[in-house]
Amino acid sequence: MCEEPLLIAEGLTKFYGARLGCRDVSFTLHAGEVLAVVGESGSGKSTLLGLLSTELAPSAGHVRYSMRDGSLRDLAELSEPERRLLLRTDWGFVRQSPEAGLRMAVSAGANVGERLMAVGWRHYGNIRGAAADWLGRVEIAADRIDDSPKSFSGGMRQRLQIARNLVTAPRLVFMDEPTGGLDVSVQARLLDLIRSLVADLGLAVVIVTHDLAVARLLSHRIMVMKEGCVIEEGLTDQVLDDPQAAYTQLLVSSVLQS
Amino acid sequence: MYVAVKGGEAAIRNAHRLMAHERRGDPEVPEVSAAQIDGQLALAVDRVMTEGSLYDRGLAALAIKQARGDLVEAIFLVRAFRATLPRLGATEPLDTSNMAIRRRVSATFKDLPGGQILGPTFDYTHRLIDGALDGFAPPEPATAAPREEAVPRVTDLLGEEGLIEPSPRDDGSEPGDLTREPLAFPIGRDLRLQALARGDEGFLLALGYSTQRGFARSHPFAGEIRMGEVEVEIFVEELGFAVTLGTITVTECQMVNQFKGAGDAPPQFTRGYGLTFGHCERKAMAMALVDRALRAAELGEDVSAPAQDEEFVIMHSDNVEATGFVEHLKLPHYVDFQSELDLLRRLRAEWDAAALKEAAQ
Amino acid sequence: MSEAIATERTAYNFAYLDEQTKRAIRRAILKAIAIPGYQVPFASREMPMPRGWGTGGVQVTAAIIGPDDVLKVIDQGADDTTNAVAIRGFFTRVANVATTTRTVEATIIQTRHRVPETPLNADQILVYQVPIPEPLRFLEPRETETRKLHALADYGTMHVKLYEDIAHFGEIATTYAYPVTVDGRYVMDPSPIPKFDNPKLDDCPALQLFGAGREKRIYAVPPHTRVVSLDFEDHPFAPQRFTEPCALCGATGVFLDEVILDDRGGRMFVCSDTDFCNGRQAAGHRGRLAGNPIESGEGADV
Repeated sequence: MCEEPLLIAEGLTKFYGARLGCRDVSFTLHAGEVLAVVGESGSGKSTLLGLLSTELAPSAGHVRYSMRDGSLRDLAELSEPERRLLLRTDWGFVRQSPEAGLRMAVSAGANVGERLMAVGWRHYGNIRGAAADWLGRVEIAADRIDDSPKSFSGGMRQRLQIARNLVTAPRLVFMDEPTGGLDVSVQARLLDLIRSLVADLGLAVVIVTHDLAVARLLSHRIMVMKEGCVIEEGLTDQVLDDPQAAYTQLLVSSVLQS
Repeated sequence: MYVAVKGGEAAIRNAHRLMAHERRGDPEVPEVSAAQIDGQLALAVDRVMTEGSLYDRGLAALAIKQARGDLVEAIFLVRAFRATLPRLGATEPLDTSNMAIRRRVSATFKDLPGGQILGPTFDYTHRLIDGALDGFAPPEPATAAPREEAVPRVTDLLGEEGLIEPSPRDDGSEPGDLTREPLAFPIGRDLRLQALARGDEGFLLALGYSTQRGFARSHPFAGEIRMGEVEVEIFVEELGFAVTLGTITVTECQMVNQFKGAGDAPPQFTRGYGLTFGHCERKAMAMALVDRALRAAELGEDVSAPAQDEEFVIMHSDNVEATGFVEHLKLPHYVDFQSELDLLRRLRAEWDAAALKEAAQ
Repeated sequence: MSEAIATERTAYNFAYLDEQTKRAIRRAILKAIAIPGYQVPFASREMPMPRGWGTGGVQVTAAIIGPDDVLKVIDQGADDTTNAVAIRGFFTRVANVATTTRTVEATIIQTRHRVPETPLNADQILVYQVPIPEPLRFLEPRETETRKLHALADYGTMHVKLYEDIAHFGEIATTYAYPVTVDGRYVMDPSPIPKFDNPKLDDCPALQLFGAGREKRIYAVPPHTRVVSLDFEDHPFAPQRFTEPCALCGATGVFLDEVILDDRGGRMFVCSDTDFCNGRQAAGHRGRLAGNPIESGEGADV
């Protein structure tokens, strides 16, 4: 992790009219690094994720990204075709609700194959082969490839969403509460899967979660947000074991008590 | 041996002759004239003029006769005729505050300058079929003459206090014309209102109703509905002033909707606007509700209901387009159906073969 | 009153449309030719026939037709289907042009759902009637979004649909209105012609114009333009084939209509292109059930 950073956020600020979304957030992310953004709902963490992933336009600040060709680009200056290509090749976005991240009307295989077709794959056998391979890697049985995600359980849908995102070998994946809304046992299996995929593939991840246990399990570094601002950041173990800010101490202790 | 049927031309000719025959009905009964339709089915004429987008009572009446009372068909006839008319110029905006009022009601004030004028209305009639109507008894003579003096509009009265958003300022730009330029979404309010004025009454009625039932609730009050005659003026370059071409009857509805203040705008009522040719009150009210609903994005409201969806509403409100495409399903589709039949037979054969094989195992 | 309207208002311009409108449509056509496969918006007029019944094709034909043109109109490949008869009658009435049923004689052919079997030449223009011009419409109902997808050549979802077909049916289950890529750029709906006709669009010497009246779009395939049907490398586009020849003229390799003869399963297959079939019969070709075709015109049921 000593080479050039993959992503640099500088002074990211977002206002919704007069209401603050987040203010003056800066950090760098290196290849293979997992950053957890934690905080209560309304703390601005989802806004931050929207700004990083170009779904929202910042009121102030910049996001720079090291493209596959090595050039460092300001994301606000990408053309629409460049932005779309980035979103469906070098990036992934795993959403809390799999229904929002999947095409529920088409088969699991087509869900995984869609990105490949979008970037020009035109050999059915190869697309299907890649889809089958990825379903295996997220522990979905091969004979479910032609089934609709509607027939999948919540945990399976989330694993399918992960496969759909990883099929183009992205270097950076955004995750928005990926285990939210799942049973505890299902959560554990999914976290395990995410952890091993992230390690195997050397993915950089920005994960938004309100669950400190998820942050501890997956992330190298952590940022704590409150009322739109970052109030503490550092190595995950350090922050969780020795929180400095009073609010972080409260968060950590409430987890311990519960 | 097979003989190919070649009957298209003759069949069409015969069908049209039969339709003309049916149109006339029983020859023992006197034929209805366009003038009778104009005078006695006046609201049908008004609707055909409004949705046909052409103010010509005689032509609309004739179209209704030709269409055997099918108003959508009559609207279609008028529209097709209108499409070929040359554009000689555009009139000045109608000034409805100078209307010679025949009907004027406000649901927002009990009494107001100019008063409430019930005028010719079905409101408060008992909807009992009147057997006496199918005879020749003349109705009692009407007693009131139309008002000639100007009556201020309710929205203008509210406007003096600044309690309602002002009408959009005239920035001098020409309003669009969807019959001359293709629509490119999102479209402005000028084109929206044009499309809504031509839109199908039933469709807009249902959409307006849906907003009242909570699909984009806008808390409407019928600020004012007025019907009467307005002058149509055209600016003559050579004279340097506008001259009157004549008068037309219009119905105008101004809905006053939930107040709203955001950012630099103070809390105030908002408007929805409806205008029709003739006396089309239901249409004008529905149009005003839908106009207001379609302003959701402009007023910073969530866009979640069908009536707020500009592309959905405008693309499906035209009954000439809708009826054509729905009814085109009557046209032959032999070729496409043959292609589907062929595929289905093949898929079916494969399915049967697989089922047979499974059964054998 | 009605007489006055009838007399003073029946005079229409040549080919119905006023010259201003014709010029506006011609501009749209020129733009369409300049950008093959791109849907050019135009201010489609209300025509004296219903929307969805060929008003786009009729406006295109009206804008390009001249007094010396010879017009052929087909629907489902046949000259004598009711809508074809009605449109041909319309142009006879408002433009007084010569009409023909013979493909080789026509300078303009307006069609719904078929491309003639007889190869077209450089002096001919084929005008298609189009109901839904947007090939992405059933994947994305919003015009604002589909225009963006075309602008960015973002066509991946088209292949998602083809993928689904193969996954479920073992083959691409689109049999008509089969999408094509024009000149390597725009994905285009060839109108609801059977996919059997798709290969005829490619490298065609005739100019092909597409008019969608209700949807207010015109698009074009200029002569000798590359038109490729969407497919996968390992599931190439395959036009449908008929196992038997035409029962009247014995032709093979043509599109056939299925005719049900009785309620005991009796059926026959005959050319959908009536001109082509008549021409072959006149040249002495005979199919299984051929007799002497009889004009049964006046007696036909309504």
